[in-house]
Amino acid sequence: MSEQAELKYTAEHEWVRIDGDTLTVGITAYAADKLGEVVFVDVPEAGASVSKGKVVAEVESTKSVGEVYAPVDGTIVESNSAVADNPELINEDPTGAGWLFTIRIGSPESFDASGLLDADAYAALTRG
Amino acid sequence: MTNHPEPGPGIRSPLHDAHVAAGASFTDFAGWQMPVRYSSELDEHRAVRTAAGLFDLSHMAEILVAGPEAGAALDFALSGHISTLDIGQARYTLLLTPEGGVIDDVIVYRTHENRFGVVANAGNRFEAAGALSVRAVGFDTTVVDESEALALIAVQGPRAEEILLSLDGLDVPVPVGSLRNYRCVTGVWRGNEIMIARTGYTGEDGFELYIRVAFAQELWESLLEVGAPHGLIPAGLACRDTLRLEAGMPLYGHELGLDIRPQQVGLGRTVRLEGKGDFVGRQASEVPLPEGARLLVGLASEGRRAGRAGYAVFDSPEGGEPVGEVTSGALSPTLGHPIAMAFVDRALSEPGTPLYIDVRGTRIAASVTSLPFYKRSTPQRKVAP
Repeated sequence: MSEQAELKYTAEHEWVRIDGDTLTVGITAYAADKLGEVVFVDVPEAGASVSKGKVVAEVESTKSVGEVYAPVDGTIVESNSAVADNPELINEDPTGAGWLFTIRIGSPESFDASGLLDADAYAALTRG
Repeated sequence: MTNHPEPGPGIRSPLHDAHVAAGASFTDFAGWQMPVRYSSELDEHRAVRTAAGLFDLSHMAEILVAGPEAGAALDFALSGHISTLDIGQARYTLLLTPEGGVIDDVIVYRTHENRFGVVANAGNRFEAAGALSVRAVGFDTTVVDESEALALIAVQGPRAEEILLSLDGLDVPVPVGSLRNYRCVTGVWRGNEIMIARTGYTGEDGFELYIRVAFAQELWESLLEVGAPHGLIPAGLACRDTLRLEAGMPLYGHELGLDIRPQQVGLGRTVRLEGKGDFVGRQASEVPLPEGARLLVGLASEGRRAGRAGYAVFDSPEGGEPVGEVTSGALSPTLGHPIAMAFVDRALSEPGTPLYIDVRGTRIAASVTSLPFYKRSTPQRKVAP
């Protein structure tokens, strides 16, 4: 099974890697490509309490702004300071070095309510 | 992430296949499917500033106005004094509404004594062609929309002249090297008619080449081939927008529109109230701007977070009512800091005035700056004496 296939996705073009009760979140290669070269990233503060659907990060190209939403209710554990300093990591390696933040899931119910997509469902969405 | 819509089927440029082969990403632009970038819009932007970029602008509208009274008809239809143009001269001018607003901003090329080419924005093609046709009634002239027959390719950047000089098979009565800024020449390239103008929308030296669509791909590929050693790369609409923003050039729908008077955006000089007779929009243009009319200014900020079209402008870091609105904005690739154009209250339009842009809930400090943000350092070609 490829690494890509292990990821889950949101309909808002975020990828999510699940590790126990913590999720790592970034934007998909599809989203990064649509946005163009990223020139500015705003990542959330560690410790911030966030709710699903709330804007927690922003990814800007010269052309437009992408808002990144919390995929679940929870608490920000860590933000990727490397992408804040080198926004181009998002285009170069969106599902690796270009990760944005990690979030601890608030409750099992909030995870169940997240409605994450598997790779096939996300691929179907972007084939549009 | 916000969802970015896929470009629809859209009208394809005659160069579409070449763009696909070059790996372009496409965007919908005024109903056309046009290249937004090939690989990197920042590299494409820098190439235009330091070497040269090749743009497909085949979506632009070309309207031919010809006949013994073509010049007089255009004097009536447009804000500029078009009949005074020399053969081979170009002029930036406006198509006004009777109320003095802007239907479109166009460039007029006088290619022959009784032949003018009017180049309009793709999104305003039918409005511009329609207005010109209606306004030409009663003049001995014909108006023909040639947009589908003609392709437009632009070579922009400090090395543009060298690149055109290395193009084989070009036969023009004025050598490209001595073509001055805002001048044009009609000639032949490999047996096909071509019109070459020293005009552009990037703030750099450069040329725009008009040719029949059937020969566009051959010209595009030839230019890329001879231009590559000079650093020429294909460039998309994403960098075209940041280039024109740095150069302080207005974009229709952002800095220009039906409800915007030319005097608000520093284009009062393009409305020629002296020296020519009646024209559509004259009466309204003679009325001074109302006291409350906002003026277009440049805004420069620090950091990397850019104000964008539609964002509110304030005169204090918190509270208060908006004093203006951003029309275009981006992190300037050349300057490395955010720049924007905005309409602001007249009292706040002096350079140096401190203002604040509401960037999605956070007010970013900005300073009013004179336009353009960027001016090329290479000597400009002399304009007509």
